[in-house]
Amino acid sequence: MLNYLLFIATIGSIYGLLALSLNLIWGGTGMVNLGLAGFFAVGAYASALTTTTGHMPILAGWVLALIVGGAAGLVVVLSTTRLREDYLAIVTLGFAEVVRLVASNEIWLTRGTDGISGIPGPWRVALGREYFNAVYLPILLVVLLLVYWLMRRIDGSPYGRALRAIREDAQVAQVAGKPVLRFKAQAFALSAAIAGLAGALYGHFTSYIAPDLFLPLITVYIFLAVASGGVGSPAGALVGAYLLIALLESARFFVELIPAVTAVQRAALKELLIAVALILVLRLMPKGLLPERIPRAPLVGGKP
Amino acid sequence: MSLLQIANLRRAFYGLEVLRGVDMTVQAGGITGLIGPNGAGKTTLFNVVSGLVPPDAGSIRFDGREISGLAPDAVSRAGLVRTFQVARGFPKLSVFQHLMLYGRDQPGETLWQAIVGTRAARQREAELAERAWETARFLRLDELIDNPATALSGGQKKLLEIGRALMAAPRLVLLDEPTAGVNPTLQNEIGERLLELPKRGITVLLIEHDMGFIAQLCNPVIVMAEGQVLTEGTFDSVRADHRVREAYLGRRAA
Repeated sequence: MLNYLLFIATIGSIYGLLALSLNLIWGGTGMVNLGLAGFFAVGAYASALTTTTGHMPILAGWVLALIVGGAAGLVVVLSTTRLREDYLAIVTLGFAEVVRLVASNEIWLTRGTDGISGIPGPWRVALGREYFNAVYLPILLVVLLLVYWLMRRIDGSPYGRALRAIREDAQVAQVAGKPVLRFKAQAFALSAAIAGLAGALYGHFTSYIAPDLFLPLITVYIFLAVASGGVGSPAGALVGAYLLIALLESARFFVELIPAVTAVQRAALKELLIAVALILVLRLMPKGLLPERIPRAPLVGGKP
Repeated sequence: MSLLQIANLRRAFYGLEVLRGVDMTVQAGGITGLIGPNGAGKTTLFNVVSGLVPPDAGSIRFDGREISGLAPDAVSRAGLVRTFQVARGFPKLSVFQHLMLYGRDQPGETLWQAIVGTRAARQREAELAERAWETARFLRLDELIDNPATALSGGQKKLLEIGRALMAAPRLVLLDEPTAGVNPTLQNEIGERLLELPKRGITVLLIEHDMGFIAQLCNPVIVMAEGQVLTEGTFDSVRADHRVREAYLGRRAA
C-alpha cells in the first residue's frame, strides 16, 4: 500500500511539473499549447536513449532532455510566429502526433512500438523495487520545488508582468515597447524544456517508455489540472495536478464498490466520475481553487 | 524644430486609397490637433506612423530618423507612443501594472535578470514604482491603483492612457480621441491633465471631434480630408477656411 501511495505521489509530481510548464505558457503568456505530450515524449526519449544506447549517466540524460525539449519548443514557436490562438493550438497538436508517429516508426532510433525498456533509475539495482520509489520521490520533489521557485520568480518579476500583458493584448504590449516575439519564444522554449524534463523523470521512474504512453489524453489531463487549480497561478497548477491524480486514482477504488456492473461499465463509470468531479470544481470555483491574484502596488516612501 | 516629418505617405486597403500622399510636419513641444471628417484617414495615419500598418510608400522621419517599416515595439522604444480610439489595455492587469509596463529600460524584463533578481533590476523597479504612484496621484487614480482595468469607467481608462504615456516619457505621443464618450466634467479634467504633457517635454498630436476641446488645447490644428492634408493653422484660421467647411458639410451645403 505504501509503495502504491509513493507511486501515485511520484506520478502526481510529474503531472505537477507538466502543469507548471503549461501554466507558464497558457496561464502566463496566453498561448494554447496542445502539444504538451509531444514535448513530454521528446524529453523522455532523449534521456532514455542517452542513458541506454548512449551509456551516459542519468544526470546527463536529464540535462539533455531539458535542452532537446527547449530546442523542440523553439522550433515549434519560431515556425508558428504568424499563428495565434486556435491555429497555434492545431499546429502544436499536430506536433505531438508527429513526435508519436516518429517514435513508432523510426525503429532504428526509438525501437518503434516495442518501446525502450531497461531505462536506468538512480540506484535502482542497489535499492531494489521496495526502496527505489521511496528514494526517487524526494529527488523528484527537489526538482519540482526548484521549478516551482523558478516560476514564482518569473511570476513576480517585470518579465512575468510583460508576459501577462502579451496574454491580455499582444498588440498593445507591442505598442508599449515590448518585443513580443522574443518574450513568446523564450517562454515557449522554457515551458517545453520543463515538459521535456518531466518526460525524462517519468522514463527513469517507470524504466519503460513507448509511443502509446504519450497520447494527447495527457495534454487534456494537464489542461484540466491547470484549469481546476487556477489558470495563471503556479501554486494553483500544482494543486490542480495533485487533485487530478487523486481523482483519477480514487475513482478507481470508488467504482469497485458499485455492485452488479461489468468491468467495461466500471471503466466507463470511472471516466464519468472524474468528469463530474472536475465539472463540480469549475462550477463552484470558476477561477479554480487558487486563482491568479493581482499583486498589490508596493507602498513607496511610506506614503500610501 | 520639427519632431515628426511625414512625406508623401500612402496606404491603400483592397484598392481603396485611404492615405493619398500625406505631407505633415509636427513641431516639437505643444499640442497639435488633427481633425477631419470621418473617413479622412486620421486613425489609419496613426496606425501607419506607430508601425501597426506598414505604408505602401512615403517616408516618416521621427527625431531625425526614418521609422517607416519599423515594428511597433521598435517605434515605441524610439520614443513614439500611441493610444487607441477605444481605450485598449490589459483587462486583468491593475492600474499599477499598466503604469509599470510603460516604464522604459527595465533590466528585470530579461529572463535571466528576472530569475536572479539583480540589483539593477530591483533598483529600476523601485524607481518606476515611485513614478507610477506619482502618476496615479496626478491623475487621481491612486485610490484605484490595485483595481484591474476592467473595473475602471470609460473616462478613467482614458486617464490611464495618459498615465501610460507619462510613464513611457516619449518624445511624441499620438492620442486617438482622448475624450471620446467621456462626460463633460471628466473631459475638462482630461484636458487639464493633457496640458501637463508638453511641460514634461512630451509633444502631443491628438485626433478629436469635439471642436470646443480642440479650440481650447490645440495649436496648430491640421485638417485632413480624403486621405490628404487639407490645410493647417490656428483653430480660428482653419475654421474660417471654406475648404474645411466643404470637407465637413459637402460642397453644395457650403
